[in-house]
Amino acid sequence: MTAYLTKRLLIALVTLAVASVVVFSMIEIVPGDPARLMLGMNATADAVQALRDQMGLDQPLLVRYVDWVSRLLTFDLGKSYTYNVPVRDLVLERSVVSLPLAMIALALSTLIAIPVGIFSAERRGRLADTISMGAAQIGVAVPNFWFALLLIYVFAVWLHMVPAGGFPGWSAGVWPALKSLILPAIALALPQAAILSRVTRSAMLEVLGEDYIRTARAKGMPRNVVLWHHALRNALIPVLTILGLQFAFLLAGAIIIENVFYLPGLGRLIFQAITQRDLIVVESVVMLLVAVVVLVNLLVDISYAIVDPRLRTRR
Amino acid sequence: MKSWKTILAAAAIALATSTAAMAARTDLVLGVVLEPPHLDPTAGAAAAIREVVYANVFEGLTRIGPKGEVLPDLAESWTVSDDGKVYTFKLHSGVKFHDGSDFSAEDVKFSLDRARAPDSTNAQKGLFEAIDTVEVIDPTTVKVTLKNPQGAFLYNMGWGDAVIVSPKSADTNKEKPIGTGPFKFDSWARGSSIKLVKADNYWGEPVYLDKVEFRIIPDASAAVPAILSGDVQAFPNMPVGDSLSQLQSDPRLKVVIGSTEGETILAMNNKKPPFDNLKVRQAISHALDRQAIIDGASNGLGTPIGSHFAPHNPAYIDLTGTYPHDVEKAKELLKEAGLENGFKTTLKLPPPPYARDGGQIIASELREIGIDAEIIPLEWADWLKQVFTDKDYDMTIVSHTEPNDIDIYSRKDYYFNYQNPDFNKVIDKLNLTSDEGKRKELYGEAQKILAKDVPVGFLFELPKIGVWDAKLEGLWDNAPILANDLTKVKWAD
Repeated sequence: MTAYLTKRLLIALVTLAVASVVVFSMIEIVPGDPARLMLGMNATADAVQALRDQMGLDQPLLVRYVDWVSRLLTFDLGKSYTYNVPVRDLVLERSVVSLPLAMIALALSTLIAIPVGIFSAERRGRLADTISMGAAQIGVAVPNFWFALLLIYVFAVWLHMVPAGGFPGWSAGVWPALKSLILPAIALALPQAAILSRVTRSAMLEVLGEDYIRTARAKGMPRNVVLWHHALRNALIPVLTILGLQFAFLLAGAIIIENVFYLPGLGRLIFQAITQRDLIVVESVVMLLVAVVVLVNLLVDISYAIVDPRLRTRR
Repeated sequence: MKSWKTILAAAAIALATSTAAMAARTDLVLGVVLEPPHLDPTAGAAAAIREVVYANVFEGLTRIGPKGEVLPDLAESWTVSDDGKVYTFKLHSGVKFHDGSDFSAEDVKFSLDRARAPDSTNAQKGLFEAIDTVEVIDPTTVKVTLKNPQGAFLYNMGWGDAVIVSPKSADTNKEKPIGTGPFKFDSWARGSSIKLVKADNYWGEPVYLDKVEFRIIPDASAAVPAILSGDVQAFPNMPVGDSLSQLQSDPRLKVVIGSTEGETILAMNNKKPPFDNLKVRQAISHALDRQAIIDGASNGLGTPIGSHFAPHNPAYIDLTGTYPHDVEKAKELLKEAGLENGFKTTLKLPPPPYARDGGQIIASELREIGIDAEIIPLEWADWLKQVFTDKDYDMTIVSHTEPNDIDIYSRKDYYFNYQNPDFNKVIDKLNLTSDEGKRKELYGEAQKILAKDVPVGFLFELPKIGVWDAKLEGLWDNAPILANDLTKVKWAD
């Protein structure tokens, strides 16, 4: 177990180090002078230089990289030079939207997908299986932003049940805030649920064909116990892998949905920072998201070991 | 007895609700596309800053009105010396900043000196270049002496970059703007919305609205449902995507197509052959079919222009007929220039759709007269560096959105590489003239010179699509400056 964990941890750290170099250099390679871009076409050379000095852009590359990494390690993400506030504050402000959104979407997707997947696997080839897998196929194919627009027109423009977008903030109360997250969460969750249910189904099918399941059934074990205890546990590894990937996607990759619902989440923060060339925000937030993805993957690796005891002993 | 009570109660409720309904609404949610990076117009070029604070939170000595005219603001009146170098402003008294401190001539001196200081990060430092000294005569009189006469000085003082700030709050205006305007800053949920509320004890004419929220909606697919559902009641500069006709057919909404200060031009490098030849530039102008370009690059909206001037401006003259679309004439002119077989050139395009889409159309129009323009798409940063700063280009398409900026053609080292002594003389005269009537004449002259000399191909004025609740009054139809002036906005009863 310890060897397994140490190895995973090392891989995670190396990934982070490599990612930091890539993220930093990618932004350095991008052409153009951020100071000029921020001040616009009519700005004088003086004004541009004043801003360059303020931002420390004239310092050598390596100095800036070392400085950046050492600050990241203390969770000092720098100061956004367009917003002029600490990036950490921005990230925290945005996380209170993105985290709940990702978690609601993930919960919805899991709650829908796993029962549907198991149900379909058990009734393989029957009508119920065909219908649910057909629906899943549509869910995979339909782009989530289109589905989001459909939801907006029905539930906001037509029925006036929820706002068409925006986020009032948690200070406006839990219910109004949750209300504005419902549609985006559904729009995010359904395509994910479609994928997850298909994965669950095929993993279950594989396991259900194994000898030990037949044995379990033959000795008269109740159907549900076989299904939920013996089969599901062994089918969980691919499901967990997909779940881990999905959580990372939901947290960082919800840019399109955040745009459609104009939610002030992390995805929009990066998108905005890129359009405004706020390099500090881009670097820090991208790096932070890389760290989150690496962490989630590490947790998934650990959960493999919990689910599958053989991994704990294997070298 | 019981039924009487019920009727009375019902009547009372009916009365209460009807009086509530009769009092006009005083709140407004207004959609904006871009979130401002911060809220200090004296420290950043972003138009999004002005779209929130101009005229609402901050005020200057003068201000720009809905037609692009200069109006008095914090200065109630002024006198100009005969040599055009000394401006004496008489300020309103009893003006307070939102933090309660008094506004006086000292604040004017502070603001102007700060904007033109060497370490100033004001994005329009050029506006203040002509200022020599700023003197406080008494608390409500300030005297500005210029190094040389500048006819546009009063206009310049109306820009968002020239608003008056207090020394106490100048450094924190980015996050918590403190001005003298009719609305004061309330809160800013980053990425989401900015709220203003009516300022108590405003010195000027009281405003109608109590609460205004600027909601940031970057995307057409989100903006349309937001306005259709009533979540947002006004979108003065709206991204409509393909939904314009859907919005126009909705009786609850008013759709206003106005003009902006964005002159969209096909810029040419006037020093680089063959663009240094007037005949070649004339040929290119004849080759351009403005309506086709507007249809393809701007959804058919936008006003054709024949010179560098905004159609809503009182000094505008229509010069679109100077070199009408005429392919034969264009070919003839190229022949006269000794280029009857045409030539190869490049067309560098920045990211906005008007440039990328317009570029395709213009390239095919130029091909008709034998000019083979290779399209090179550039990101903004690259464009600013290659075209704007290094002048390493043949042709480009860009919209010049700064207001009243015809003088850019007289600037030395500007990226057009254009030099015309006659034009510069007119601009010099404009600088010496502050009389509105004479300025109008001179602006006319300047427009005509450019229309004939075509240092660039004049295409069209960028449109502004405003959509708002049909019951809302007082929003600007056109955008002579980028601002959402809410001082006259009210809900009809």
